Amino acid sequence: MTLASCQNALFIITTAIYFMSTAGYILYLLVQKEKFQHAAFGLMCLGALVHAVTTGLNTWAMGTLPVHNLHQNLSIAALVLAVVFIVLKFKFNLKILGIFTAPLVLAMMAVAVVLPETQPAAESTLKGFWLVSHIILIFIGEAALALACGAGILYLLQERAIKEKKRGFFYKRLPSLDLLDSTSYSCLITGFTMLTMGLITGLVYAKSVWGRFWGWDPKEIWSAVTWLVYAAILHGRLTSGWRGQRSAIMTIVGFAVLVFTFLGVNLLIGGHHQVFTK
Amino acid sequence: MPEIILIGLNHKTAPVELRECLAFAPDQTRDALETLQIQASVKEALIFSTCNRMEILFVPADKTATDSVIRFLSEHKDIPVTDFTDALYIHEGDDAVKHLFRVASSLDSMIVGEPQILGQVKKAYKDTVANKGSGAILNRLMHKAFSIAKRVRKETGIGDNAVSISYAAVELANKIFSDLGKRSVMLIGAGEMAELAVEHLISNGVQTIIVANRTFENAVSLAARFNGQAVKIEEMESFLGDVDIIISSTGATEFVLTKPQVKKAMGQRKHRPLFFIDIAVPRDLDPAINRISNAYLYDIDDLQNLVNDNLDERQREALKGERLVEEAVIKFRWWLNSLSVVPTIKDIKHKLECIADAETDKTLAKLDSLSPEEADAVKRMTRAIARKIMHDPILFLKNTGEHRDDTQYLSVARHLFNLDAALEGGKE
Repeated sequence: MTLASCQNALFIITTAIYFMSTAGYILYLLVQKEKFQHAAFGLMCLGALVHAVTTGLNTWAMGTLPVHNLHQNLSIAALVLAVVFIVLKFKFNLKILGIFTAPLVLAMMAVAVVLPETQPAAESTLKGFWLVSHIILIFIGEAALALACGAGILYLLQERAIKEKKRGFFYKRLPSLDLLDSTSYSCLITGFTMLTMGLITGLVYAKSVWGRFWGWDPKEIWSAVTWLVYAAILHGRLTSGWRGQRSAIMTIVGFAVLVFTFLGVNLLIGGHHQVFTK
Repeated sequence: MPEIILIGLNHKTAPVELRECLAFAPDQTRDALETLQIQASVKEALIFSTCNRMEILFVPADKTATDSVIRFLSEHKDIPVTDFTDALYIHEGDDAVKHLFRVASSLDSMIVGEPQILGQVKKAYKDTVANKGSGAILNRLMHKAFSIAKRVRKETGIGDNAVSISYAAVELANKIFSDLGKRSVMLIGAGEMAELAVEHLISNGVQTIIVANRTFENAVSLAARFNGQAVKIEEMESFLGDVDIIISSTGATEFVLTKPQVKKAMGQRKHRPLFFIDIAVPRDLDPAINRISNAYLYDIDDLQNLVNDNLDERQREALKGERLVEEAVIKFRWWLNSLSVVPTIKDIKHKLECIADAETDKTLAKLDSLSPEEADAVKRMTRAIARKIMHDPILFLKNTGEHRDDTQYLSVARHLFNLDAALEGGKE
């Protein structure tokens, strides 16, 4: 078996494990039996492990981080999201967030599977400390902000049930508003910190390659917009007590802008990051 | 003759006046048990008495047992038999087992799923054990009752949701706040339900309690009871910034708190969530408060709706419990059937022969030098050893003697040879 076909097989296996994890979380949501949650989380950990090995192999084979096309980018984003979720699960024990994370990870992997593997142009510019830091930090930040958005969605569902006094499907299944809000907030702080450092390393890298920090590239502009949106949310939260519902809505809006910056700009507008989504 | 009989009355068959007359106070139960064992023709007996039911469970010694137990009740409680026979139910055999399992699992309770009943059943069993009133059958029956009760509680949701207004309030507070230990509650006014809600909150961890009352003296005495702080009703508004849960139950005809007051307080508390519980009729709190973001207001009707929903939910879960109970009744019947001489002897024979054969096969597999005839001889020998070992115990079981209780010895024999492992159904 060649290395490529081996990597392909591993990739499919990873996706299958994530699929089973998602199924486990859906079962947990429906029947509320702890064993499903345990199984789903175990599968998520296993999936992330196999995924990490696959990515490691890729990195070793290519001699650089596999972030050259959309297929690879989605795969890395899914891996980082899974890992960040696993870390958070140990910290907050917010089991129900898996119902948001597992399908999202699976969706990214599924899209990555069907995308054609374009042969990356051998670019020497994708090496070096600043670039690798830039990529890793941005991915971790995005994963944490995705989880903040997930916690925000769950918050809105629960808040609605309590406010309208109509306890539906989710009321029993979701934890307290307090816990959802504080989880969202912690994810927000982590995500924002990572995003900030990721953008700074990006600027430094731009200076080292193109001789300038800032080039009014569409990707750069939208990154700045995203950063400003999250800065505004945190500012509102810290100074004027934006919490609960308002904070949850803003977190979701922020994530929508982030997704547009991650995918939309490359696909619709273009710019010097475009090559990565081909 | 059925092996087990249960007679009794409960809140469905008898009015409270009659239940009072026939109830046994905790300190009377053991005396009554003693008399029952002497007067009635029962081998084993247990008396179970709570405010909602009085039941006597017994293993009859002869066919007159039921009548003699009813007579005992009438004499001991000094009530003519005719006064209570209409309210009495008599369950025999599997029906008695099923009734006991349903009672212990809280499926027969006035409020389905209430948790106290199992403790009361355990207490009744303890009394009977202390009086040497239980034998092989009741011992096993009661232990099965405890385990089915635990299983029903664990595997169904019959005990999950709050079914009283004050508990419903606590349940909601737990859906808003993650750690009640860090939260504080303010009680405005007084009243049984409101005070109960405060007590439940305290038992769920709330430590800081503030009591406001129009009559300051009342506030002081209530605060002393909850180990809290008393404040005057005029100061109440200034505490809105600090407390997290507000329970209002005053006799006021106008709103005690209005939307603008709360809106102002929300700014002071940086929009941390605030949970209002309005137990008063007419209402104390302006319903518009619920429209302020991060403020949640529930009045008594809202809470009552919650309780009604939860009661419906419990009824649905009780159906699952009924299935588990029926399963347990069937298994108990298997055990009862096995508790006679012939099946027990058969089981012992089967077990020993299985062991002998298995061990012989294991040894013969390694001894390939033996001829088929020699191997047969070894097999016959091990079987003969097994038969000789069984001989005396089986002889004894067939004739335990005139005045002995067969079930006792059969139960011991089944325990000694561990014959009921298959009936236990895995986890126990």
